[in-house]
Amino acid sequence: MKIVGQSVAKLDGLAIATGKPLYTADLVPANALTVKLLRSPHAAARIKAIDPAAAIALPGVVCVLTHKDVPLVRFTLAGQTYPEPSPYDRRILDDLVRHTGDGVAIVAAEDERTAQQALGLIKVEYEVLTPVLAPEEAIGHPTLVHPEDDLFCNFAIGLDRGRNIAAAHTVAVGDVEAALVASEVVVRNTFRTQAQAQAMMETYRAFSYLDHTGRLVVVSSTQIPFHVRRHLARALELPASRIRVIKPRIGGGFGGKQTAVAELYPALVTLRTGRPAMLVFDRKETFTASNSRHAMLFTVKIGADRDGRIRAIDVRNLADTGAYGEHAPTVFSVAGEKSLPLYNKADAVRYSGYAVYTNKLPAGAMRGYGATQGCFAIESAVNELAAALGMDPCELRLKNIIKAGETDIYHGKPLGSSALDRCIARGRELIGWQGKYPRRDLGDKVRAVGMAVSMQGSGIAGIDTASAEVRLNDDGNYTLLIGSTDMGTGSDTILAQMAAEVLDAPLGNIIVHAADTDVSPFDTGSYASSTAYVTGMAVLKAATELREKIIATAAVALGAAPDEVAFDGATLRSAAGKEISLARLAGQSVVGAERRQLTGCASHGSPVSPPPYVAGFAEIEIDKETGRIALVDFVAVVDCGTVVNPALARVQAEGGIAQGIGLALYEEVAYDERGKLLTDSFMTYKIPCRKDIGSVRVFFEESYEPTGPFGVKSIGEVVANTPAPAIAAAVYNAVGVRMTSLPITPEKLFAAMNNKKLRSETP
Amino acid sequence: MRVAVTINGRPAVLEAAADEFLADTLRAAGYASVRRGCDTTNCGLCTVWVDGRPVLSCAILTARLEGKAITTIEGVADEAAAFASLLVAEGAEQCGFCSPGFIMTVLAMKRELTNPTDEEIIHYLTGNLCRCTGYMGQLRAVKKYLEVNGG
Repeated sequence: MKIVGQSVAKLDGLAIATGKPLYTADLVPANALTVKLLRSPHAAARIKAIDPAAAIALPGVVCVLTHKDVPLVRFTLAGQTYPEPSPYDRRILDDLVRHTGDGVAIVAAEDERTAQQALGLIKVEYEVLTPVLAPEEAIGHPTLVHPEDDLFCNFAIGLDRGRNIAAAHTVAVGDVEAALVASEVVVRNTFRTQAQAQAMMETYRAFSYLDHTGRLVVVSSTQIPFHVRRHLARALELPASRIRVIKPRIGGGFGGKQTAVAELYPALVTLRTGRPAMLVFDRKETFTASNSRHAMLFTVKIGADRDGRIRAIDVRNLADTGAYGEHAPTVFSVAGEKSLPLYNKADAVRYSGYAVYTNKLPAGAMRGYGATQGCFAIESAVNELAAALGMDPCELRLKNIIKAGETDIYHGKPLGSSALDRCIARGRELIGWQGKYPRRDLGDKVRAVGMAVSMQGSGIAGIDTASAEVRLNDDGNYTLLIGSTDMGTGSDTILAQMAAEVLDAPLGNIIVHAADTDVSPFDTGSYASSTAYVTGMAVLKAATELREKIIATAAVALGAAPDEVAFDGATLRSAAGKEISLARLAGQSVVGAERRQLTGCASHGSPVSPPPYVAGFAEIEIDKETGRIALVDFVAVVDCGTVVNPALARVQAEGGIAQGIGLALYEEVAYDERGKLLTDSFMTYKIPCRKDIGSVRVFFEESYEPTGPFGVKSIGEVVANTPAPAIAAAVYNAVGVRMTSLPITPEKLFAAMNNKKLRSETP
Repeated sequence: MRVAVTINGRPAVLEAAADEFLADTLRAAGYASVRRGCDTTNCGLCTVWVDGRPVLSCAILTARLEGKAITTIEGVADEAAAFASLLVAEGAEQCGFCSPGFIMTVLAMKRELTNPTDEEIIHYLTGNLCRCTGYMGQLRAVKKYLEVNGG
């Protein structure tokens, strides 16, 4: 391969790095109204009365909307293929507010100062309700987060609003109770993972205007332009043909922008006023009024033989979906589906439980999408099993993991590719496991290593699709049209690399366009680790079709059969020695009668979602006097199939690991006893800074995925998963305490170390 | 109120309210590279130079800058592009949203520190948050830049 496998620079790299005006807020029309939302100060309350008269009277205020002024239709904002499996439990504004930060009124004014001032003039009388806060108390709580009787879902997901249950889920293979009884060693523990904020640097934002035909145009920093168009159509009761959604450059998403957080409000203002309107969330709003990773509470039982064969895994889960159910059933199911298939030697596995509503920030999609949480619980339990068996945790994995060609116990399908065994072996070498495992006592400090493995998927099998079009332009260059959404990952570039590979074209000859629902071919959007694998295959197919058309057209021009024509990307030559340049052929294709511009169009959806794998190894140093944990070294060995662009893949991995380190050690969305968010700024919500990361080293062990373009799987999400369980394992190896609740802060660790000491001193 | 300054070497008069921060004034004046990533002076996205020193423009009142020299990334375009090309070669711009502020801090560091160690580099840049890259690729790019350009 010539260009697939090369570390080419991102097509937009220099422009975005040097601050060119390419993002949503840089493109807003000068006369746009500023939109702001009045937000609930209460976790649960009914609006008894609302009076916007004083706000409306303020000079410069153009429009104030309350729950009395918006459509009554219910909808979901989850970026999922229609019909979505998430509950339709939202209105644009409702008379019931369900978390602090929930919308109460929409204000549009000529400038930001006036809009801000108007918010303070809206008089609201609340009947404050007792909020549902702890997920363990949600089922059966006297307060119903969603008492309304018009809430519904397209599928039977176990939604039971009378019990605050958003979704229920059970998967069982074999008889797990019997397999546990038959096991010689059983470990059981509970694990808590916290809500985590996506914390992308560009907060949520969108603006809207009416075009020359009166259609609504919405420009948004979104991962899901086609889903946004559909959501807007439903929520605003407008035909989808009257809506256009444009995605410019995106300043990070991490799943947050897989929910349509901001678009509805400016769009409604534009429809009501005819004016362009803009809404930019500040950081506080981004923390209080968007979405986060689902907090989860797991109970895991693993049974094994003395020789280390895992016979049974039984997992119960309780997920906190917060005030609205976007992604609730799917994140819940993924927590099992993208972690349990790692271990296919078991006789039985079971995964079950509930996602419950609470009066907190809605949970949604975040990088890893449940697999991150499942990985922490199950890998932590497997590490505990290794300790119980007296086995090296690497050996325990090598004995039990699924191998290529074997059947996945969860789906009953054969696995197409895996290099996970090689990832484990290489990572063990690179971290220096031999000699460092389990610990080295340095006096006041102790150093130790720990490890974990992880899987994810590549796209959503049997549901999500992508389309692509490649055009030969009149000047001999190509235009690649796609609907996926490069949010900084470099997916526009790697898709261009794939097209260039097929067409033997220099990358500079390929223009990439994405995404605009008026122009782009359909794509579900960039989420679920889908773009390289699903959109990539659509690009490969479209470029292949175009290449065949170019050769067939040249064959006619050269008086030869198509299979006698060779194409090197620039010139087409017949076996008889006649030739025509691509540029000339392209020019001819648009001149004269019966000419036809050459294009390749293709769609792709995959019946399988092949898992990428990571083996992650952490080396940490703990200060015994304070409980402070320093991450000394983190080694990740990644099997993402074929690596299309090593530099971009490496940074994807390093960035995902940093978010995993944040989950392990620093980050937590926290509330006070009344349900008010405590972590609404970077002062109170800590994402890792560059002093918190230590050394992160990434390596690749390539496999070849037969169903992927050029052997590609995915990389975006799987890399976030191993830091938390690997670091927790290293903590145990260092000081002998099992940290089962994230984040592992010095305070928690110090208390746990102290408790252990007290227990050991008690006669 | 009107505040006379120089921006990127040229005299300019900024129109700003008395309680307006420089980040907002600069954006309103068309400097799209200046961004807010937070409201609490934690993220570093809004970094520009005032009299050659990096500052958080979200925390400086425009009214206090009478007679000062303000530099944004647009004013050091060649230098910024030279470093940015190394950053992009690592893939370490990723979403790019934090890059202008980060680059302004890197270029200031190059002026201020001579042969910095890794620890000194990390310490100098620690006020610039990035959620995409995990910082490792940024460090590789900075070290290559200092190797090629001295520092």
